[in-house]
Amino acid sequence: MDWGFIARYAPYYVLAAQVTLLISLSGIAVSVLVGILCSMVRHARIPVLRQVAAAYVELSRNTPLLVQLFFLYFGLPKLGIVWSPEACAIVGLGFLGGSYMAESFRSGLDSVASSQADAASVLGMTRVQSLRHVILPQALAVAVPGIVANVIFLVKESSVVSGIALADLMYLAKDLIGLYYDTTEALALLVVAYATILLPISLLGTLLERRLDHARR
Amino acid sequence: MPGAEIVLDPSNVLRLLAGLGVTVRIGLVSVALSLPLGIACGMLMTLRNPLIRAVLRAYLEFIRIMPQLVLLYLVFFGTAGAWGWDLSGEAASVVVFSLWGAAELGDLVRGALESIPRTQYDSAYVLGMGRRQAFARVILPQAVTRLLPPAVNLATRMVKTTSLCMLIGVVELIRVGQQIIDYNRFAVPTGALWIYGSIFFLYFIVCWPLSILSRRLERRWAR
Repeated sequence: MDWGFIARYAPYYVLAAQVTLLISLSGIAVSVLVGILCSMVRHARIPVLRQVAAAYVELSRNTPLLVQLFFLYFGLPKLGIVWSPEACAIVGLGFLGGSYMAESFRSGLDSVASSQADAASVLGMTRVQSLRHVILPQALAVAVPGIVANVIFLVKESSVVSGIALADLMYLAKDLIGLYYDTTEALALLVVAYATILLPISLLGTLLERRLDHARR
Repeated sequence: MPGAEIVLDPSNVLRLLAGLGVTVRIGLVSVALSLPLGIACGMLMTLRNPLIRAVLRAYLEFIRIMPQLVLLYLVFFGTAGAWGWDLSGEAASVVVFSLWGAAELGDLVRGALESIPRTQYDSAYVLGMGRRQAFARVILPQAVTRLLPPAVNLATRMVKTTSLCMLIGVVELIRVGQQIIDYNRFAVPTGALWIYGSIFFLYFIVCWPLSILSRRLERRWAR
């Protein structure tokens, strides 16, 4: 192990990790928005839109992110839609993650019996109150493990954006391997960087799951 | 829209299908290797030996927390850098997907085996079955029904993840698509749109039936 190399290039990994984090977090934010929209459309059974949402979920879940990104980044400019790689990566992650989030939200909402909403309205709660105090707390407890798994999944998937020339962790590692052949060191730093990002999220998820588990506590 | 001829040209269609063949081959070989490895892993995970448990747990967590692309780099570039191994891209991909499959499937097998109540074993013994008989005739059939839907789901994920193989130089579906686009750069400037669009749907056509199968199985056995 060449510790000099590690000391020299570790700061670059910090910079690249910021790119990975920025892209993933933006992508996750878009995914959550898309997911909420989709699950609401499907939960409220709005005609036509509901079928569109269902088709979107199938398309997004059954195709790889890399192909989605290549289509957005190399394909769409042929129609005159030119994006920056950052925008592409965020939209791509949002397109992929949206369907995963939608499924998690939906499983949460579906798990709350409709009698709960009836009971809340009998007690004189408004729709918003019943959502805020009765439905969502129960739905979230069921949905949170899935949401955390999706967040981890999306951060991991963001490694693919190196394929459209975004200087994230993967890209840096490949660059350093190509430049200096210090393969072992470059890969060790890469593994450490991803573990540093993902382990805390995974632990936080476990804690959150326990905290929100009202029903079984 | 101009440029559709690029995906209608029979020679291009054949090349894309050959690329898809490589993609599916990597997926199938990996799934085939994952099955025995995963079952073995899962059975080991149910053992009470703390050392075996800790080692398998660490293995599973490492595979789960690392992006698949990092694993591909570790096996493809890492083994070359550290020990001078000269794995082909396809071999490295199969190794990574099998290790991944063994870990994930192992956890599924463990979950399925542990979900079967102790009384099922006891009842089998009372009926005069031996350990092996009880496992093969009573436990396994029940475990398989719980295992199959997520296992099919894992296969779908594996096929999707084969798209990453092109990033370590495997000539599969996407790489073939790039070659066609580059070859027709001037004749069909809008080729990228059509080719990547087609690849998108080719992946969908392979993965969608698997997803539906997984859901059907889940629904049938949920009852």
